[in-house]
Amino acid sequence: MAAIISISNLTKTYASGHPALKRVDLEIHQGEIFALLGPNGAGKTTLINIVCGIVTPSAGTILAAGHDIQRDYRAARAKIGLVPQELSTDAFESVWATVSFSRGLFGHAPKPAYIEQVLRDLSLWDKRQNRIMTLSGGMKRRVMIAKALAHEPQILFLDEPTAGVDVELRRDMWALVRRLRENGVTIILTTHYIDEAEEMADRIGVIDKGELILVEEKSTLMKKLGKKQLTLNLSEPLAAIPSELGDWHLVLNGGGTELEYTFDAVDERAGIPALLQRMSDLGIRFKDLHTRQSSLEDIFVSLVSDRSGG
Amino acid sequence: MSNLAFNRHSVWAIYKFEMARALRTLFQSIIAPVITTSLYFVVFGAAIGARMTQVDGVPYGAFIVPGLIMLSLFTQSISNASFGIYFPKFTGTIYELLSAPVSFLEIVVAYVGAAASKSIALGLIILATAALFVPVRIQHPLWMIAFLVLTAATFSLFGFIIGIWAKNFEQLQFIPMLIITPLTFLGGAFYSIDMLPPAWRTVTLFNPVVYLISGFRWSFHESADVSVELSLAMTLGFFAVCLAVVGWMFKTGYRLKS
Repeated sequence: MAAIISISNLTKTYASGHPALKRVDLEIHQGEIFALLGPNGAGKTTLINIVCGIVTPSAGTILAAGHDIQRDYRAARAKIGLVPQELSTDAFESVWATVSFSRGLFGHAPKPAYIEQVLRDLSLWDKRQNRIMTLSGGMKRRVMIAKALAHEPQILFLDEPTAGVDVELRRDMWALVRRLRENGVTIILTTHYIDEAEEMADRIGVIDKGELILVEEKSTLMKKLGKKQLTLNLSEPLAAIPSELGDWHLVLNGGGTELEYTFDAVDERAGIPALLQRMSDLGIRFKDLHTRQSSLEDIFVSLVSDRSGG
Repeated sequence: MSNLAFNRHSVWAIYKFEMARALRTLFQSIIAPVITTSLYFVVFGAAIGARMTQVDGVPYGAFIVPGLIMLSLFTQSISNASFGIYFPKFTGTIYELLSAPVSFLEIVVAYVGAAASKSIALGLIILATAALFVPVRIQHPLWMIAFLVLTAATFSLFGFIIGIWAKNFEQLQFIPMLIITPLTFLGGAFYSIDMLPPAWRTVTLFNPVVYLISGFRWSFHESADVSVELSLAMTLGFFAVCLAVVGWMFKTGYRLKS
């Protein structure tokens, strides 16, 4: 797939001496939804702000839609829309005025029909004449998205788009992101909510202490690092795990009433039927069973804690 | 679009935004300075001026008109432009400006152009107000307009610098209150520097505001403290210095980018 953003060797050290990014290389594919995960202070926002022109990189190069973001900043920035993390809006302007302003600021002639469409998509149409200061936090968040979309960007950065928004707006936001992707917009989002990345993203990057520690297809990542766990609730408690079941590395829990089998998602087929067959041969019966797949959150926590643990 | 092209939609968007802000705050922007100026005319023009002799052959009330316009022009240009760029920094909306495909020159043209437009309009309104109180004659209307525009643009640019530099509202007020207003009062807004003792006259010539007011007054009354060429050169020089400073600020990202 063609890269719409190519980041190479990107380094940022703030004036305070804090190294926010260390030699980051990353390619974002045209038309994908890319989720950037990482703990607070990992460098997610710095990365976004550099691509958007708000923070100056210390070293490295970035191409956005084929344009160098520093040398050819006009062409690069014209393609990019940004919804920052902080809820920063004007106060006294109307919704319509502020969104139209953004379109003009990004060098486009007015196009009221398009602005209307954006406002309708974001359920802001009824509020178009309202002053921004009179809107709720969730509505202001929508206004910021509308502003970012006002110039029809090909690349959209959403920095923590659903931090502190209610469930309904979160769903709306996810639907909007999918619609944008269908229209060919590439979306890069940062989030604290792993379920958001799991729900939305095609690929996932994990950043920690200024280093990009992993970039994977979401499905590959889940497969590679995801653990599955089968729990069997036994009819009769066992005193110990019979040696015939030693191959499966089972764990006995719940006072001998629960058998737990942990396996890689990859070889799931191999283990379970054989285990059940063997248990049946041994006359160990169970009354219930369930499986659990580790979430992206488990994966993420284990990745980051592995690193901090050494 | 190449980096060198002029992005008129962006400039127009910022300009319109800034002008809309002035219309929303019409009272602060226009009416308050007009009332203040009227009070000056009541006090200095009608009440005290009537008892004063002419200055350089011009009745005192008429003599102070250019100085008063300049006083408002300085303070309003600075406050308009500094607030215009400081406020987005304060609220955080500056992110949009920094991420937009605009050059520093376009940002300056838009913000400074809007601030200067407002203070030029204000200067003309004050002139009209003055004409209600005292007889005003303008000997060189084109020069008058030229000085008005150039001074408004220069001080708007200066205000823009203050707006970028300021870290809080106190700093935003600091330079206009403690430097510009005193320099204006001591720069011959209300008197000809020829009225000063020779030693003070020499000291006064180090005050750049003297040159601005003098040139502007010359366009009204053809009387000047210093030559009109020198006035023009000083104003242009100050403009060039301010433009260079703003250019440096954007190049280095001073207090705009980390």
